[in-house]
Amino acid sequence: MSDNKIILMHERNMAEQTSHQKIMTVIVKVLLYAFILAMAAIVLFPFYWMINSSLKTLEEYRRSVPTFWPHRLMLSNYSSAFTTANLGKLFLNTMYVGVVSTALSLVITVLSAFAFARLSFKGKNALFAGLLATMMIPGELFTITNYSTVTNLGWINTYTVLIVPFLVSVFYIYLLRQNFMQIPDELYLAAKVDGTSDLKYLWKVMIPLSLPTLISITILKMMGAWNSYIWPRLVANDEAHRLITNGLRNAFTETTGDVNYPVQMAAVALVSAPLFLVFIFLRKYIMQGVSRSGIKG
Amino acid sequence: MADIVDSKNQWKAWVYLSPAIALLLVFTVWPIFNTVRMAFLEGYSGLMNVGGAKFQFGIGNFRKVLQYQRFLSCLKTTSLLCIITVPISTILALLIAVCLNSIRILQKPLQTIFFLPYVTNSIAIGMVFAAMFNIVGSFYGTQNEIIVTAGIVNNIIEFLGGKAVNWINYGSTYLANMTVMVIYIVWNALPFKILILLGGLQSVNKQYYDAARVDGTSRRRIFSRITVPLLSPMIAYVVITGFIGGFKEYTSIVGIFGETMGPADDAKRLNTMVGFIYDSLSTNSQGRASAAALILFGIILVVTLINLRVSKKRVHY
Repeated sequence: MSDNKIILMHERNMAEQTSHQKIMTVIVKVLLYAFILAMAAIVLFPFYWMINSSLKTLEEYRRSVPTFWPHRLMLSNYSSAFTTANLGKLFLNTMYVGVVSTALSLVITVLSAFAFARLSFKGKNALFAGLLATMMIPGELFTITNYSTVTNLGWINTYTVLIVPFLVSVFYIYLLRQNFMQIPDELYLAAKVDGTSDLKYLWKVMIPLSLPTLISITILKMMGAWNSYIWPRLVANDEAHRLITNGLRNAFTETTGDVNYPVQMAAVALVSAPLFLVFIFLRKYIMQGVSRSGIKG
Repeated sequence: MADIVDSKNQWKAWVYLSPAIALLLVFTVWPIFNTVRMAFLEGYSGLMNVGGAKFQFGIGNFRKVLQYQRFLSCLKTTSLLCIITVPISTILALLIAVCLNSIRILQKPLQTIFFLPYVTNSIAIGMVFAAMFNIVGSFYGTQNEIIVTAGIVNNIIEFLGGKAVNWINYGSTYLANMTVMVIYIVWNALPFKILILLGGLQSVNKQYYDAARVDGTSRRRIFSRITVPLLSPMIAYVVITGFIGGFKEYTSIVGIFGETMGPADDAKRLNTMVGFIYDSLSTNSQGRASAAALILFGIILVVTLINLRVSKKRVHY
């Protein structure tokens, strides 16, 4: 056999192999897209079904052959949901608790993170380690005693009880401290030499430089107020102070067996809407905060 | 360096820390001591304490809780949900993350879609799932009753030629209830896991894959020998946080079943550890609630330690 022939055979083999590989790659790609698109459809389906159902008439919703797009748009479901669940009052309550607790929490977090990141004092490391250790304990353990505490303080059915016990989050202090520590010491010393006060330095330098973290904290805290259920239900379940999640569940608890599902779905959509808006516009910050925390709200 | 400037005014640090410390003392430090104290006072009740009753020191609360049939059923439901949902959601999230990482077209929008369930209210969307899994037909199974509603899941099952299942309504089985819970919890758990795993994948050094490709390594081998080992720290992380979250499961069940925590004919059937703690609290049995909370803490601690142990052997750097 001549050398030429061997080289030719080899080339043909290579060509066959690459075309075989190409087909395999295409098949794998197709399967990949099929899997991921199917999963995406499953993930999205509840949202689609919520909106679809919320726009139907009760009669259409109950048909044994479901319709995948409402024949007659019942936008009035949304207004009746709004009144049935008294969503207006619930929205206001939740916004009030969310805004006040976020604002106060940010002040406390910034001051503490500054002390841990920039100042030195006796027992700093021990104190910080102690704080981090409390993050391991499940919240229920605190709730049992806190329930008695707020009862004794006479805080039941007030806004205070919804705001004060959760103002300090060790995790947020930790997050912001890490961020503050990345800002070079030299800046702080230079500011000191210039006679800048701590608070002014904090306000003019540190806060602007760690704005993304502060925004993440704000969003997570607001979402926390929006989604909180257990504690508000326990301590402030009266008409005047009830929060949105709790109000939603209460308004549609199945007691009669005959539930107006389209209206219920409209209420659910209304409660979910602000979360989606925040998500659409501030996705980057949410994902940043979440990937570092692993906590929901 | 900063020390030189600050050593004179240490008090400043304490001023800045004072609001945080004051609140932590009242709402975090004191509860740790007090909850442990109440757990070891036999039959402690806040109401009776106000009435001036004295309680003996002992482990009676723990013994009673562990003998309590209702607690054991909570423990069973919680553990089952954990053991089933954590592996399913981790494997699914891993597959989705790997797929997302290897596609170019539509990657960003799909990433957004898969994160969407995270920014939802678990009570609200639980109500959507409840509507989807509703029965078709009458509520109590009698003929002359009004048709309650149609659930799309049963519509689909019937369309495919199957028989409708009573998932969550009056007379449904524990198995059917748990199936719905598993589906909902997995759906809810996916976004966080995908986010973490995808972040891990995107930080993996591309050179490993190039080297494997030069050697002609098969896709499956690349997945099992390169991707999974390099991702092992993130996998360990999502498994541990998954177990911790799983043992604290509560609101997702309220979302679907409401406060009854089960179908109408068997309330509290799906109650969890956290649910048990709140039930004890609402009947003023703080001793029992504290003991249950400490047991929950113990379980979480042990499961986390076991996970860390296993992942130490398995995590590859």
